[in-house]
Amino acid sequence: MNAKGMVRGKAPALLLGLGALVSSAVGWAGEGMSPERRMELVRLVRNDCGSCHGGRLKGGLGPALSPESLRDKVPEGLRETILHGRAGGAMPPWSDFLSAEEADWIVEQLMKGFPNAR
Amino acid sequence: MRASWPLLLASLLIAGCSTVPPRGTGDLGVVIERDAGRVQVVDTTARASLGRVNGLGDLSHASVVFARDGRYAYVFGRDGGLTKVDLLLRRIDRRVMQAGNSIGGAISQDGRFVAAQNYAPGGVKVFDAVTLAPVADIPAVYGNGRLSKVVGLADAPGNRFVFSLFDAGEIWVADLADPAHPAITKFPAGKQPYDGLITPDGRHYIAGLFGEDGLALLDLWHPEQGVRRILDGYGRGEQKLPLYKMPHLRGWAVAGTRAYLPAIGRHEILVVDTQSWQETARIPVAGQPVFAIVRPDGRQVWVSFAFPDNQHVQVIDTESGRLVRTLEPGQAVLHLEFTPRGEAVWVSSRDDGKVTVYDTARLEKLAELPAAAPSGIFFTHRAGRTGF
Repeated sequence: MNAKGMVRGKAPALLLGLGALVSSAVGWAGEGMSPERRMELVRLVRNDCGSCHGGRLKGGLGPALSPESLRDKVPEGLRETILHGRAGGAMPPWSDFLSAEEADWIVEQLMKGFPNAR
Repeated sequence: MRASWPLLLASLLIAGCSTVPPRGTGDLGVVIERDAGRVQVVDTTARASLGRVNGLGDLSHASVVFARDGRYAYVFGRDGGLTKVDLLLRRIDRRVMQAGNSIGGAISQDGRFVAAQNYAPGGVKVFDAVTLAPVADIPAVYGNGRLSKVVGLADAPGNRFVFSLFDAGEIWVADLADPAHPAITKFPAGKQPYDGLITPDGRHYIAGLFGEDGLALLDLWHPEQGVRRILDGYGRGEQKLPLYKMPHLRGWAVAGTRAYLPAIGRHEILVVDTQSWQETARIPVAGQPVFAIVRPDGRQVWVSFAFPDNQHVQVIDTESGRLVRTLEPGQAVLHLEFTPRGEAVWVSSRDDGKVTVYDTARLEKLAELPAAAPSGIFFTHRAGRTGF
């Protein structure tokens, strides 16, 4: 079972539009990722990270993931938290579902304001 | 008083024409269309959508309770919006923004008060069910004046609300005998209660603990006995399994003398005897359970799962304690709701944009309804039940 099974693209037109939007926002991370995969990651973050952090990433049982709340964080530390979880905390490891590059891309997007899935 | 009868009659007729034909609401419900910030009003007899009500804000993790006349749905949005939706006219009756970050609510035994549980500012707010005017504010203060996130809010007999404080590790009981000045009784519960449920008779409140290997039980007939630990050492701490979604305890998982609880982090349903509160069995399931919901007659328990196993729904036969069927209704199953007497169940599949209706005896699909990223499904028969 992997993330691909559950976060699936829907309308090709929507995907293309979002792909373009997301690409334009990409810096060094995620260069090798397809627009479809980026879209899957956007949905994964909104839906599955959203279970604890809120669908709008404003926090829930888990902390907010807005640019303001992440401003003082070190990106590499956030990547490690995403991939390996937090010992003693509720954050699970996502390394079964995400590569390091994908985690970096997610961190970058979170820190600049995460794209919408629509 | 002198009134013009023809005029009065005419205005009544006009008023009558602007409304829908009379009908009951016992077979109505709502489906949350999460990303669109709206609900569909559905008819469980016709298995059809009657229309949509827009403008409800951020509905991620939205939940719903019903006025006891079954006409109004109170929709609790994540952004703190509390919206009273008229199911018959299919429009917003009232709406207030009551908090910054909210996680659901409850309605009092007498139907007069709606309570919302909030993460920010942490606490419970109580509103008049008719007008949504504020009635009471219960900040979840602990330690050095900090506010705790509130979870597991349930209505209890005696016009009480019971809820858990995630950060404070407490269970509070608020008695609304004097609605504007709720009397609060506080109980230590254990580390990080993440959700709670009340049994169908309204007697026992159970909080699941994220930070400890067990659950907290409060007997509301004997609150003086305090909170008891149950299922101590069921395996939460055996091996810290990563948890991809917190289980939901809310909604009854009690059938006869047994309760069916999602084991946190484990691919198991725990079966608990509700007399002794001892574990009697464990049922292995397809993933980490999120919802374990009993069919109204108690014969089946339907289970939904966390990522990455959330395309499955499994059905447990309560008599044999065995899995009888694994269904795959669609991608990202988020919720399921039985019709009032349970001949059918509605299942939402967020990523496939549909709600699937199953016959619960034959375990066959009866219908599919399109819905935009559907999450919660709530039917009006909740209005008459404790804990819904």
